Amino acid sequence: MLRFALARLAMAIPTLLLVAVTVFVLIRLIPGDPAAMMLGDASDAQGLAALRERLGLDRSIPEQFLIWASLLLQGDLGKSIVSGQDVLPTILDRFSVSVQIVIPAVLLATLVAVPMGMFAAWKQNSLRDISLVSCATLMLSIPAFWMGMLLLLLFGLKLRWLPVVGYVNFSEDPKAAFVYLILPVATLFLHEVGVILRMARASTLEVLNLEYITHARAKGLPESAVMWRHAFRNAFGPTWTLLGLILGNLLAGVAIIETVFTIPGLGRLLVDAIFARDYPVIQGCLLFIASIYILVNLVVDLLYPIFDPRIAAQ
Amino acid sequence: MRRLPLNLLIGGVLITVLAAMALIGMVWTPYDPLAMNFAATLSPPSASHWLGTDEFGRDQLSRLMTGAGTSVRTSALTVLLAVSAGTLFGVVSGFMRGWPDRIIMTLNDVLLAFPGLLFALGLLAVLGATEGGIILSLGLIYMSSVVRVVRGTVLGLRAREFVEASAVMGNSRLYTMWRHVLPNCIAPLTVLATSICGWAMLAESSLSFLGLGVAPPSPTWGNMLSGSRAFLDQAVWLVIFPGLSISASLLGINLLGDALRDMLDPRMRIRA
Repeated sequence: MLRFALARLAMAIPTLLLVAVTVFVLIRLIPGDPAAMMLGDASDAQGLAALRERLGLDRSIPEQFLIWASLLLQGDLGKSIVSGQDVLPTILDRFSVSVQIVIPAVLLATLVAVPMGMFAAWKQNSLRDISLVSCATLMLSIPAFWMGMLLLLLFGLKLRWLPVVGYVNFSEDPKAAFVYLILPVATLFLHEVGVILRMARASTLEVLNLEYITHARAKGLPESAVMWRHAFRNAFGPTWTLLGLILGNLLAGVAIIETVFTIPGLGRLLVDAIFARDYPVIQGCLLFIASIYILVNLVVDLLYPIFDPRIAAQ
Repeated sequence: MRRLPLNLLIGGVLITVLAAMALIGMVWTPYDPLAMNFAATLSPPSASHWLGTDEFGRDQLSRLMTGAGTSVRTSALTVLLAVSAGTLFGVVSGFMRGWPDRIIMTLNDVLLAFPGLLFALGLLAVLGATEGGIILSLGLIYMSSVVRVVRGTVLGLRAREFVEASAVMGNSRLYTMWRHVLPNCIAPLTVLATSICGWAMLAESSLSFLGLGVAPPSPTWGNMLSGSRAFLDQAVWLVIFPGLSISASLLGINLLGDALRDMLDPRMRIRA
């Protein structure tokens, strides 16, 4: 188990390094003086010279990378051109907002979709299976931004049950914060349910064809024990891996939902930074989101043996 | 097996409608999609404007038809780029092994290290949000999955007797790759290309919605929906029809993809 964990950890480090190199190269691909770009103001000669000195722009490219990477490791991602604030605290602040939407939505979707997917697989090719799969396919074909707008139109404008757009911080008013989060979370939930249900169904079907399930049935176990004790543990693996990918993808993809519901999250920060050519923020977001993605997948893989101990034994 | 014909039927019909809309939109639209008419702003669907007009009095049906063209063009070119470049690298990587394999796979791992759209967003920040930039950045990120699938297939084929026999017969490696390896990659590639087409269409409309796609006034489904947000309570038709177009197209592609997978990849038939 320890060897498995260490091996997996050792795989994550070169990936992180690759990400850092890629972002460094990407930002340097932009024509012009990197210091002027990071400052956003080429006329400030003194500040420019200071930043050039700090970034070591008169040295070789590998040296520049090392200087850049050491600043990175100290958590120094520079200052935003637009707001003048430090990039890292801004990102962490926005990240805490996005997490409030992404985590509950994915958690709820998993709790609903996995049993439904297993049920569909159990009743394969029955009317109930076909309707569940068709609903799932429909759900995943509806883009989140349209789903969000439809929910907004129905529950916000027509029925007036929920506030239309906006965001309230939990520390200020927990009740209002909760109410404002309902629609964005529901939008994401409906989309992810489709994705997870199809995966849970497919992997359950694969397991149900195996001989040990036939054996479990042959020895007279009730169907509930066959499904939950025997099928679930082996069928949940692929879904568990998918959850890691979904969580990572959503950190960038949540920009869409944050746009529909005007929520100041991490995705919106990145998109606004792209509009404003705020390169320190763009660079910070790219690095931060990619690192979280790698981290989430690392944690997912490390927890995998809980469901399937064979993975660690190999 | 029972679902197969229905998937194919509904998916086929939806895709045909989409293709027809895009093709007709290229040569003819009921109105000029950019022509403003301030006598008929935000008018609901009627006999003269079947799907209503927007805040500038532009005909929504004409704009949807033009937008369909953009959607189909960008997704088709993205698929073309991803599949052709990905197949080339995948075959070279899997068949040659050695250092070409190592270089290609390391670069591919870079692309895979970034979640979904993030790398595309980063590239767009550098390249600028143009149609060419979108196709290039989406093509590049989807290429990574093509490389993986093709390489895997080729690795499996290398050890097969008919590939070895071709080498024994004195055929060049290039000929063997072209004549014996590549044709066997077509089935998995078809399934993957359909998925990529759907991802690209969704990504293009999402980027347009965020304002990072083809710039207004050129209509795309994404930027039409984005523009309709200001009129949510006055003009429901501006929300319904562009969203319906995107969702119906994506549903068509997804159903077609399921049907294709059932037909071409019997091993995966049990997958939904």
